Amino acid sequence: MKKSFLGLAIIAVILGSCKKDPNDPQPSTPGTPAATTGSLKIELENMVDTNELVLNTVNYVSANGDTFTVSKFNYFISNIKLTKSDGSVYVESESYHLVKESDASSKTFTIANVPYGTYTAISFMIGVDSARNVSGAQTGALSQNNDMYWNWTTGYIMAKFEGTSPKSPATNHLLTYHMGGFKGVNSVLRTVTPSFNSSTATVSSSVTPEIHMKADLSEWFKNPTNNVNFATTHTIHMAGADAKAIADNYQKMFSVEHIHN
Amino acid sequence: MKKGTVYIIICITLFFACKVDPPIKPVLPVDHIEQVTPPGWPQPVYTFPNNPLSIEKFSLGRDLFYEEMLSSDNTVSCGTCHQNFVAFANADHMLSHGVNGAFGNRNSPGLFNMNWNTSFMWDGGVNHIEVQPLAPITNPVEMNEDINNVLAKLNASAKYKVLFKQAYGDEQVTTERMLKALAQFMGMMYSYKSRFDLYKRGEDGVQLSTQELNGYQVFQQKCNACHKEPLFTDYSFRNNGLSVNSNLQDSGRAHITGDPNDRYKFKVPTLRNIMLTAPYMHDGRLSSMEQVFDHYASGIVPSATLDTSLQAGIQLSAQEREDIKAFLSTLTDYSFINDDRFKDPN
Repeated sequence: MKKSFLGLAIIAVILGSCKKDPNDPQPSTPGTPAATTGSLKIELENMVDTNELVLNTVNYVSANGDTFTVSKFNYFISNIKLTKSDGSVYVESESYHLVKESDASSKTFTIANVPYGTYTAISFMIGVDSARNVSGAQTGALSQNNDMYWNWTTGYIMAKFEGTSPKSPATNHLLTYHMGGFKGVNSVLRTVTPSFNSSTATVSSSVTPEIHMKADLSEWFKNPTNNVNFATTHTIHMAGADAKAIADNYQKMFSVEHIHN
Repeated sequence: MKKGTVYIIICITLFFACKVDPPIKPVLPVDHIEQVTPPGWPQPVYTFPNNPLSIEKFSLGRDLFYEEMLSSDNTVSCGTCHQNFVAFANADHMLSHGVNGAFGNRNSPGLFNMNWNTSFMWDGGVNHIEVQPLAPITNPVEMNEDINNVLAKLNASAKYKVLFKQAYGDEQVTTERMLKALAQFMGMMYSYKSRFDLYKRGEDGVQLSTQELNGYQVFQQKCNACHKEPLFTDYSFRNNGLSVNSNLQDSGRAHITGDPNDRYKFKVPTLRNIMLTAPYMHDGRLSSMEQVFDHYASGIVPSATLDTSLQAGIQLSAQEREDIKAFLSTLTDYSFINDDRFKDPN
């Protein structure tokens, strides 16, 4: 009996000595105030017009009447801000999310530490803000191995579409839209505010609301005065006028479909 | 009794579970690293924010710098084209060799004082020391490798498991950790102890000869506008009148900016250690300092973007050429190239 107690004590001491850092934050003690923040979920559904996007196997038709397929559709959503009914704004910290059509798990993400309340509006940036384009090695969504980074001319590919169209004169009729550029006139960064359409999202201790958004790829190629023609615009792989024009188009691609409370 | 034995076994097991893997001792031990801003120099651009210096990370960066697994066929490391004994330029190579017998498009520059760089590469396409290695690693005519393949190879290596754990506390190999370790190794490459530096700072009683001082004067009159002290470059992009190489068709800075006004402009290289880093120019076309003088005297090709300071060329007498060469030799930093901390530890 005594012996086994001694053994336990020794184990406890050794286990304790394994701890790396005595300054590790300790679990909170009595007196912690009641929680005042909850979570909110964003769910994205990628579309082409009214059809759910299917990679590779489905033919779509652009606004210009060009047939095309889609093999890749990725984009960054960053700097998310949520506006409460009282006008106050919650800004998500480290707000960088990479959505890839090929990765179902990337199409849903949670925003934590959102103060309880009723939210009436959202805004976010399509792409990665210029600060993180000039700050060297990054982690998480921004890690430089996520297929969304230019190595030869530093910067993130903010959004990426790849596919084919019989109208494209490129090798194998490829369509390659690598949308980048974070500086000056060539910036493709766009901040958008898709409307809640008088719905609201209420964050509380019992409710994690879900905002369902659609991202419509067909908007990339739609322009009131100048629809994109795949015969002439088939390859974009650097910042410049072509990329900027597409960004002006795609800033209309997001819409809030509905909100679950 | 039996119970006691069990406890003893548990204790022993736990004791060993606590132990970290035996440390890998580098062949060339690193005894110190520290940031330096030599007297009279501007503040560096890169000061290791979010990348606290440690000997373990520096050493990991050194192993990575000399690691051939960073290339697609495991034959080319950073050190292949950046050789320690020539201040990390590529001796006798106009253009560097990549994997599969590929030729690069540009001459390998020396590597040192990179914390002062406002951009990287001859065209300035890379904006930060931490992400610079991504360019050669992924360039098809250099190391031709996918960054995720590099991570997979390093993750599978027993050696790197230990080195990453020593540097970061656990074995996980990530892009960020790899890049930051490389930045520590490259960022510690300071060259500021040439004879010229010692003379300027009045250290060790170093004097320059009359010829070297004459060369310094000519340099100040005719070269200093672009090769500005104390880094001996102003980091600008200029067209210095080289004919366009019809094979390479390299538009230089314009390749990055898309601006026709930047055509055929390349970054002004530093003149520090210049007598070690031949051949010269962005494509290594000039093999000696004499050829460089000839180019500036009579080889300049006029074009829309030719630098205004070079419209009339630069004329040097035979004596001035000899004097400038003597002066440039004082910019060779032997303490830098002889520093064991930067040599291949394997």
